[in-house]
Amino acid sequence: MAAVKPANRGVNLWLRYTLLTFVALIFIFPIVFMVVSSLKPDQQLLVDTGSLRAFLPVGDISLNNYFEAFERAPVGLFIFNSILITGVTVALSLFVCSFGAFSFAFLKWRGRDVILAIIIATLIVPFETIAIPMLLVVNNLPMVSSSGFKIGWLNSYQVQIVPFIADGLTIFLFVQYFRDLPRELIEAARIDGASWLQIYRRVIVPISGPVFATAAILKFLAMYNQYLWPLMVAQSEQYRPVMVGLQYFFQLNVAWGEVMAYLTVITLPVLVFYLFLQRAFIASIASTGIKG
Amino acid sequence: MSTPVRSKLSSATGAGWGMAAPVIGLLSLFLIFPFILAFALSFTNQRLISPNPTEFIGMRNFEQLLGLNVLIIEPERDGAGELVRNDAGEPAYPRVRTFTRNNPDYPQYQGMREWFAWNFRGDRIVFLASDVIFMRALTNTFLFVAVVAPVQGGLALLLALLINQKLRGINVYRAIYFMPVVVSIVVVSLLWRFIYDGNDGLLNNILSGLTFGAFKPVDWLGEYGTALGAIMGMSIWQAVGFHMVIWLSGLQTIPETLYEAADIEGATATQKFRYVTWPGLRNTAVLVLIVITMQAFALFAQIDVMTRGGPLDSTQTLVFQAVIRGYEKQDISGGSAISVILFLIVLSVSLLQRYLVRTKN
Repeated sequence: MAAVKPANRGVNLWLRYTLLTFVALIFIFPIVFMVVSSLKPDQQLLVDTGSLRAFLPVGDISLNNYFEAFERAPVGLFIFNSILITGVTVALSLFVCSFGAFSFAFLKWRGRDVILAIIIATLIVPFETIAIPMLLVVNNLPMVSSSGFKIGWLNSYQVQIVPFIADGLTIFLFVQYFRDLPRELIEAARIDGASWLQIYRRVIVPISGPVFATAAILKFLAMYNQYLWPLMVAQSEQYRPVMVGLQYFFQLNVAWGEVMAYLTVITLPVLVFYLFLQRAFIASIASTGIKG
Repeated sequence: MSTPVRSKLSSATGAGWGMAAPVIGLLSLFLIFPFILAFALSFTNQRLISPNPTEFIGMRNFEQLLGLNVLIIEPERDGAGELVRNDAGEPAYPRVRTFTRNNPDYPQYQGMREWFAWNFRGDRIVFLASDVIFMRALTNTFLFVAVVAPVQGGLALLLALLINQKLRGINVYRAIYFMPVVVSIVVVSLLWRFIYDGNDGLLNNILSGLTFGAFKPVDWLGEYGTALGAIMGMSIWQAVGFHMVIWLSGLQTIPETLYEAADIEGATATQKFRYVTWPGLRNTAVLVLIVITMQAFALFAQIDVMTRGGPLDSTQTLVFQAVIRGYEKQDISGGSAISVILFLIVLSVSLLQRYLVRTKN
C-alpha cells in the first residue's frame, strides 16, 4: 500500500470500491428480495426467482399482499404485543439495572464484590440452557389477573417481560460506565447532604446518556427478535409477538407474497430505525467488546 | 483529609443492598434458580404437568442420553463353517437388533440402536447408542461450532480490515455489512429458504448461471449431505457483521504510530499485519472466539424454521432436542439433562479457549 504511483492510484481505488460493493451486495440481496417480492403476486414471485427480476420491482406491482396479510392474521395485534413487550422490558430494564449498577459502582457494602462477580459469571450461561427449567418456574408462579388469582404465568404479557428485566450484560455495561465517572461528583454531592437516590437521579442519570442508549439498543434488539421463549410461553394468539405470529402464515396453503409482506412489515421499521441510528447501533455492539 | 467522606461512602450497607435488591431478586428467581433447577431436575423424572409425584432417579437421564457401546459382529457362517454371502458376494452379518432386543445373553446392549458401523478385518464393528438422535444432535452441534467459530471469526476479521480503510463513503459500506445483524434470525431463516430452494432457489439459479447451465440444482436443505452446511453458511452470513464490529473496535485501539514506525522500517502489508495488527488484537480474538462459540452452541431458531432437525436427523442440535423434549414432549427432566450437558460443554470450551490463548502469549 505504501507509495502507490499516481497512475496506479485510480485503478487501485476503483478495485477497492468494486470489492466493497460486491461484498455489500452479498449482505443486502436477501433484504432487497424480501421487499421487492412483497409487492408481487405469488405466481410472478416464484417465476421471478429464476432471474435478476427477483430483485427488481417490475411486473404486476401492488400492495395487495399487505392487505391480504392483515386480513389473514391479526398482524396489528402481533405488532402491538411486540411493541408493548419490548418497550416495557427495555424501560424497566434500564431503570432497574442502572439502579443496581449504581449501587455496585458507588456504594460500599458487605457482599457487594461477591454478588457482582456472580452476576458477571452469569454472562457465560446461554439463555437456551435455562429455558426449560424456567418454563417450570413460571408455570408455578402466582398471578393476579382480571379473572382472579391463579397459578401459572403461561400465556400472559408478564411472562415475556419480567424474566428479562434484570440481565447480567446490561448491569455490567452500566457498572463499567459508572466506574469511569469522576468520583468527586459523588463526594461533592454527599457533602452537600444529598441522599443516594438524589445522587442517582440528579447527578448520575443526566451524564449517562451514552450508556443508556447502548443498553437500550442491545436490549431492544434482543427482545424484539426473541423467538424461543415466546414460542414456548405464548401459545394463545392474544399474547403472541411478531416472530411467533409468523406461524399463522404457515397453516394450510402458504401464500409467499403474504409471508414476504409480513416479513417486511416486521423488519423494515427496525431497519429504518437502525439506518437512522447506525452509529449508535454499531457503537453499542463495539462497547460489548471492551470487556476482554 | 478525605477520611470523613470515605466513611460516609463506605457505610452504605443498607442503601447498597436496597438499591441492588431488585436486580439481585430478579436474577435469583429468573437466572440462578432455574440454572440450579436444571441440575436438580436432571436427576429426576419431572414432567411439566404430571399426576405422579416427582422421583429422584439418579443418573438415569444421563445414562439414557450418553449410553454408548461397541458391538463386534462376526459374519454368519453356514453349517460347514463357510461364510454366508449375500447376492453381491459380500459376507452377511446377523442383524443388530438380534443383539439389542430382549437377548438375555447381551443385557448390556438392551434397547440400544446402531449409531454408525464399519467393517474391519471381516468383522462388523457397530457403535451402539442408547439415544441415537441425541448423539446426532451432539455431533452436529460440535461440527457446527468447529466450522462456524473459525470461519465466521476469520471472515469477520477480513471484513474489519476491509472496512478499516480511510475511504470516502466507507461508513455506508460498514452500515450495510452490519445490517443482517439487526434482522431477526427467524426472518433471515425464512428468506434463506427461498435462496436454498431445490427447484427455483436463488442459489441454484446463480450457480447454474455462472456455469452456463452445467450445475445440477441441489435441494440444499432437503439433502442429507448439504442441510447442515447450508445452515452454517446462512448463520455466518447473518452474524459476521456483529463480530466485524468487535474486531473493528479492537483494530482502532492499535496506535497509528506503530504503523508509521513499520512504514519507516519498510515493512510489507503482510509483515505489518503479522507483527503490528495481530499482536494488538489478541484480547479481541479471545472475546470474539468465546462469543461466537457461545452463540453457535445455542443454535436453535434456524433449525426450527428451516429443517426441524431433518433430513434424517442431519441437522439435529442440542438446543433443538432440549426444546423438543422439554417443551413439546413436556419431559422437563430430559430437556434439563440436555441443557446441563450443553452448559458443561460451553463452560469447558470457553475455559479451554481462554487457557490456550493465555499460555501462547
